[in-house]
Amino acid sequence: GAFLHSLARAPGAARPEGVWQRCFLEGPPGLVLCVLLEALDSAGSVRLPGAGGGAPPGLLSQFLQEGRMSALLWEVCQQQAQAGCPELQEALLNKIVCLPEHVSNKLQGKNPPVFFPQNYFPLLGGAVLQLLQKISDSLRGGLDCSISFVSHVLGKVCIHGRQKEILGVLVPHLTDLTKSDCIWQRICWRLVECVPDRWMEAVVLGFVQRAPGADALSRLLGNLVVKNKKAQFVVTQKMLLLQYSHTTAVLQNLLGYLSLDNLRRTLLLRVLQELLETWSSNSAVKHSPPEQQLYISKAILICLSHLKEPEIESCRQELLTSMMQGVKCHLDSSLPQVRRLGMVVAESISLKINTEGPVLKFEYEEDDETRELKSFLAQTPPFCDVFSIPEDDDDDLIPYDMSEDKELKTKAPVYIRDCIEGSEDLDKWEATIKALDSLVRKNPAAVREVSVELAKILLHLEEKTCIEGFVELRQRAQVAVLTTDPIPVAKYLTSQFYSLNYSLRQRMDILDVLVLAAQELSCPKFHGKTKPYGAQKTSIQLLPRSDSSKDWRRIVDERIKGKTRRFNMGQSHVELASSPNKFNSVAGHFFFPLIQHFDRPSTTFDLLGEDHLVLGRLVHTLAILMYLAVNTVAVTAMGKALLEFVWALRFHTDSYVRQGLLSCISSLLLSVPVERILADMTEELLETQSWLGGKTW
Amino acid sequence: MALPPPDPQFVLRGTSAAVHTLHFSCGGPEPDIPLLFSGSENGFIHVWNLKTHRVDTALDGHGRKSVYCVRTMGDKDRLLSQGRDQRICLWDLAEGRTAVTDSVFTEHVGFCRCSLLKVAQGRWLMAMAARNLDEVQILELPSKTSVCTLKPEVGAKLGMPMCLKLWQLNCGSQPVLLAGYEDGSVVLWNVSMGKTLSQLVCHQEPVMSLDFDSEKAKGISGSSEKVLSIWSLNEQQNLQVYKTHELVNAGISDITIRPDKKILATAGWDHRIRIFGWKKLRPLAVLDYHTATIHCVSFSDHSNAQERLLAAGSKDQRISVWSIYAQT
Repeated sequence: GAFLHSLARAPGAARPEGVWQRCFLEGPPGLVLCVLLEALDSAGSVRLPGAGGGAPPGLLSQFLQEGRMSALLWEVCQQQAQAGCPELQEALLNKIVCLPEHVSNKLQGKNPPVFFPQNYFPLLGGAVLQLLQKISDSLRGGLDCSISFVSHVLGKVCIHGRQKEILGVLVPHLTDLTKSDCIWQRICWRLVECVPDRWMEAVVLGFVQRAPGADALSRLLGNLVVKNKKAQFVVTQKMLLLQYSHTTAVLQNLLGYLSLDNLRRTLLLRVLQELLETWSSNSAVKHSPPEQQLYISKAILICLSHLKEPEIESCRQELLTSMMQGVKCHLDSSLPQVRRLGMVVAESISLKINTEGPVLKFEYEEDDETRELKSFLAQTPPFCDVFSIPEDDDDDLIPYDMSEDKELKTKAPVYIRDCIEGSEDLDKWEATIKALDSLVRKNPAAVREVSVELAKILLHLEEKTCIEGFVELRQRAQVAVLTTDPIPVAKYLTSQFYSLNYSLRQRMDILDVLVLAAQELSCPKFHGKTKPYGAQKTSIQLLPRSDSSKDWRRIVDERIKGKTRRFNMGQSHVELASSPNKFNSVAGHFFFPLIQHFDRPSTTFDLLGEDHLVLGRLVHTLAILMYLAVNTVAVTAMGKALLEFVWALRFHTDSYVRQGLLSCISSLLLSVPVERILADMTEELLETQSWLGGKTW
Repeated sequence: MALPPPDPQFVLRGTSAAVHTLHFSCGGPEPDIPLLFSGSENGFIHVWNLKTHRVDTALDGHGRKSVYCVRTMGDKDRLLSQGRDQRICLWDLAEGRTAVTDSVFTEHVGFCRCSLLKVAQGRWLMAMAARNLDEVQILELPSKTSVCTLKPEVGAKLGMPMCLKLWQLNCGSQPVLLAGYEDGSVVLWNVSMGKTLSQLVCHQEPVMSLDFDSEKAKGISGSSEKVLSIWSLNEQQNLQVYKTHELVNAGISDITIRPDKKILATAGWDHRIRIFGWKKLRPLAVLDYHTATIHCVSFSDHSNAQERLLAAGSKDQRISVWSIYAQT
């Protein structure tokens, strides 16, 4: 420092041209600037005319023109990142911003043009840009940088009234740079955010006035108005309600900027409310100049053009109220221009809030002003990119033959054993599941070899992919296996019903399968190749649901009804196709293992305890099996066992279970021949009768 | 009588695993050898010499976890690959090197391919599915600086991003991201502001793939359903359905529009490649060669239009290379 100091003061003769200059142009820029300005001061005070005092200003202008200013800013920014000395920075800030005044004071009439403010500040703007470029590079390199000194410089320059010069350089460049580069956007946001509050107004005003469009402004300022109270005040209050000299383009910039982000849109709505308040205020209409009223009207219309349907919906009532008030005080005015303004604005508001109903319509003569005002409303908010769809001539591409393009079918397995082996290929697995039912029915002999194994796989089969109606497909396959080889499979399934480690779902599946298979075996009409179950099936397949008991009731009721009718008609109803009842030989295998173990709770399964849903289903299942066992040999023994079972459970707390018991008795009375009932189970029957008769024990 | 569809020009075998991604690099001047990069389920990236039809190099950088996206960055010596090891690797392949120079840990567990956009010489933007399941992150490459994270609005329930396409109207304009989501919607994001510009429900099922033509402002997406959805972007930057096209079989895993925007190819779960005219989505050809789901289709970047190729990679471990509509 001292060295440079003495160098600067050295007389002209002691200055070796090249080296001496390089000392200043390559030395630390902050120090150099201080030394040069100091030298200028002292030279000014002690200078004798013509004694070579022109050296410091010459050097200084060289200093500026060789881009040392950006080096200086960079130096400070780096110091700041490591917490530099605030006084020094304050001093430097003053020196940088006031340099033109300083120099011209000293040099009086001999000021070189580079120090004229109109030249100096664009130069400074260039330096700021260079610095920002450096910062962006260093950010990309992963280094942190502080930008606040530049923000201070910018703020101070703007408050000194040099917005035009510095922002005239900065804004166009930054608009370009931020277009596709998010890092530049962030730098720019940070730059304005770091401006101290006392200078914020000047900076924001400068940006709003100079941005080429709302979109660009939005990129340059980011959400500054949301983050900074001062900026918010300037943008939403001062520029709209207190000032009215800004051009329409500035208004559109400003309001467009507010509309471009959801956070800012709340501000837009608030701004609109405040504008309308002013517009509809009697005293404002009376006392404010017509120019300001025009300005506010313009702002209202631009705001309205940015509003979306739901936002209008949310403030429709307020809009309506202010419109009515505003119209009244505008029409009261003695100035035709003010009256017309009121009409145009009111018409526009009513157009916006009444999407279907009638809109307000005044009679007035259109002039340029009203046309301009109305055009704001018609405008859709401008967007950044405009697309055009060029119309092309017809395709000159000749299609190839596509007749082979048919629906793809996965080959289903042909052999039962292939199904058992299983496949990792999910497509194949799906095809297998879908084909299994028919495959089992077509190959009864092959199925009998592996029936229990197959039943086991099916019982444990979980859905691997999302197949429509998987549960139904699985059930159909299970029923097919059970009907093909009833005794071993029924034995397996009934034993599994009471064994450990099954989910309730699986246990209920077992019951469903037993019922469906019993139904199929007992009904001769199923022996054809027709589909065994139609609508009935779906109602029997009871996924756990709240109204299942009603379904059961309905099914049983229907059956009972059907059965009753047949009895009444007696001989008139003739079975067309008759064939042996296949259920005859196996009914016991379905029934007895199920009824045996219900009162023996295991650790995971307690029918008489908390698993009463399954108990209810079991009771209903037994009722159906009983009903289906009509005309079989085992029916009397089954009936006797069933009556005992009913007796044991007759005071069960769950109504679903008790309903099941009632259908058990009904089907027993229908299935067991009357003489057998009277002969073999008189006592039980009487007990039941008195239970049903309401006698208490 | 229309001509029968052509056979493959040639078939590349030897990846010994399902092929998940393909990328050509044929634009270089002579004597550069045209290359095809393929990424497969066993974690290898194969560099195929399209003159000899042999593998030049096999790159192993994803810990034997499936590689599902490979792209070149600028020339054929700078490669980007994305794998199921949740990493995106940047490769230096110049002068025979096979080194991973840098990598990004995505922490994403899905299959969403990343999307690259060159924004300036040596600078790229990359969109990738982020760790939070519904978010997309934009990074700048090669610096790996995070540019922004695109979060759907609270309660939007879009699900995971499934496919991404970064683009810009022309050099220097704002980058925009199109993202297909799990719930079947396509969302247009303004990358610089990090907010949604438009959302369109194109499918009932997750969007598996999409491509966009910025000249015609029109895009196409496919899902696990039987339809292709074509949508357009109007001046207000709103997406709207343009038309839909019913397919014979369900499931599209990849869609690519040829760089000259004349035709497009789809990779079908039904083992077939379908070619359509892009202007009107006229079906042009169905290429039935593969015996398993096709995972990816890619058009070559030959500077001589006559040499243009189409490649498809399939679960059947083969890569079929076709010369179709190369003259037009």
